Amino acid sequence: MARPKTFQHFRDVQEELGKSGAAIFQDADGVESLVIDSPYSIHYIHSYAEDSPFFLALAEGKLLGSRCMNHACAFTYATPRGHCMICGHATTWVELPKNGKIHSWTTCLFGSEAFLKETPYNLALVEFEGAGSLLLVRLKDCVQSEIYVGMPVEARFAAEPKYSITDVWFVPTR
Amino acid sequence: MVSGGVTKFAKAHPDMDFRLMVKKAYDQAMDEIPNLTRDQIDGSRISYFSDHFTRQLKAASMVQDYLGLNPKGSIRLEWGGATGGECFQAAYEAVASGRMDTCLAAGFETMSRVATWKGNEFIALASDTNFDFPLGGFYTGYYALMVVRHMYEYLRLTKYAHVKDEREAQRLAIAEGQRIMSWVSVKNHLNATHNPYAQYPKRLTVDDVLKSEMISYPLSREQICTMSDGAATAILCTESMAKRLTDRPVRITGVGTGTDTMRLADRPFGSVPLFPHEKAKDYEHLPYPGVHSFRAGRSAGLEACQMAGITDPIREFDFIELHDAYASSEIQTYEDLGLCKYGEGYDFTLSGAPFLKNIDYGLPVPKAGTIPVNPSGGLIACGHPVGATGLMQAVFAFWQLQGSIRQHFGDPTLQLRNARRGAIHSHAGTGSAVTVSILERGF
Ligand SMILES: [Zn+2]
Repeated sequence: MARPKTFQHFRDVQEELGKSGAAIFQDADGVESLVIDSPYSIHYIHSYAEDSPFFLALAEGKLLGSRCMNHACAFTYATPRGHCMICGHATTWVELPKNGKIHSWTTCLFGSEAFLKETPYNLALVEFEGAGSLLLVRLKDCVQSEIYVGMPVEARFAAEPKYSITDVWFVPTR
Repeated sequence: MVSGGVTKFAKAHPDMDFRLMVKKAYDQAMDEIPNLTRDQIDGSRISYFSDHFTRQLKAASMVQDYLGLNPKGSIRLEWGGATGGECFQAAYEAVASGRMDTCLAAGFETMSRVATWKGNEFIALASDTNFDFPLGGFYTGYYALMVVRHMYEYLRLTKYAHVKDEREAQRLAIAEGQRIMSWVSVKNHLNATHNPYAQYPKRLTVDDVLKSEMISYPLSREQICTMSDGAATAILCTESMAKRLTDRPVRITGVGTGTDTMRLADRPFGSVPLFPHEKAKDYEHLPYPGVHSFRAGRSAGLEACQMAGITDPIREFDFIELHDAYASSEIQTYEDLGLCKYGEGYDFTLSGAPFLKNIDYGLPVPKAGTIPVNPSGGLIACGHPVGATGLMQAVFAFWQLQGSIRQHFGDPTLQLRNARRGAIHSHAGTGSAVTVSILERGF
């Protein structure tokens, strides 16, 4: 039985794992480490639980926020939460406007492995009239040089929902 | 604190798993205080960030038994990027509460076990998985969102207030912010050339940093820390025990922690909690923290300073080791810790105040030496093996206060003259948790 191939560069070890599943890394002092490929994948049973109405509403082309039911507080959250962070009371669902303004933004040229193929993509935090907090979204149909803080934007919804926050995105209001 | 140890942080240590890395950092700490036997250690606090990286749950148990500390007590700590800082404070609390006379704090991370972009995914899973992660889950992107707003508040609305065209004004503000962030990167990388433990020591120019690959606009590669393998340890004990172990102990005089919402979108627009040298009038029209500042860093700094009796941080600290995972967050943290007022972070950088006096950065830094920040090189140049990072800062600060930098680094350049008091600052995802600990010479 042959020993796995030996490499002096860790990058080469990584490459070899994709081919044969095992490799030996030899450092400058000649010390050998056996390295193996160890795959890992899982399907979570992810419940949106109390956030579920938000994601169901996206599929109907609606953007829901939540408002504190304590009248003395009545804070409106653009990213909904079941209970108020300020006073602790339960919140109720409210429909948000489909128009907002960019509070801050970035263009990601890299990303997590799961999103690398989607780069470059823009992220924006959006402000809404009548809401005290923001919503993080993808910003599409514009080039980086167009984007600025304060830019008016409007929501677009996926025709075929995937039941993800990516079912909504924003574009510049033209 | 009576001793500490740290492994050289590296992109990958395939020849050492987390147990051996911690063992090496532990042996280094123990070797420096020969009067302490393992029997006299009452227990441990062990930190690492992600079970995903090790793919070994309950890895802290394996550290405890590899060091031969069973059946003594131990607690595993995890709080994102602030994991190491939390571990340090947990060990402090174990001793301060009287529960232990001597406590080992040990932290590690082995991030090389997955490819870099998978590692970024694991880190991004420390953001809201309903609302934030599925959008592209990328921490550099989150920090970019924060600094774009910081540049808007503190450059667009001030230095570039006179520019009429909104897009043009913001473009100029961001370009200026990028230039100033690059100063931080130049400083930390160059400091690290005198620190043999650092992962990425190098001499860079502002131009080199600006021209490095864009990762998330406006943050470029040289303004961002990387993945590392590494471990660090700190040994904490009571005052009477300390006197038996070393003639150069360091006293922990203040600890503080702060928190903020996980989602950036939920950060409030309120008012600034003030240091004694600030006035409410300074921030009359500043919605705080919004997404431009780290309220958790301010809270942690205030709590720690109050405990240590510090009213004017810039005068009373001799140096600070802070969590510069991004050059942007170093500038934001100057403001959180009261080294300058909110809005002054960019000018504070350009004044040279956080630079060392005896290093030629190739930049005009008239105020260099005022309050050296990250004399070790920080996370950007030393690396960031998450669970070890906050403890690495403790070790570097400890050596600084002991006056033993020459002995430990084999180079005296980074030894500050007469350093009596320093702060270490550990920070988790977008400032959702921050710890500040204050260390003072105890001899
Ligand atoms: Zn409320």
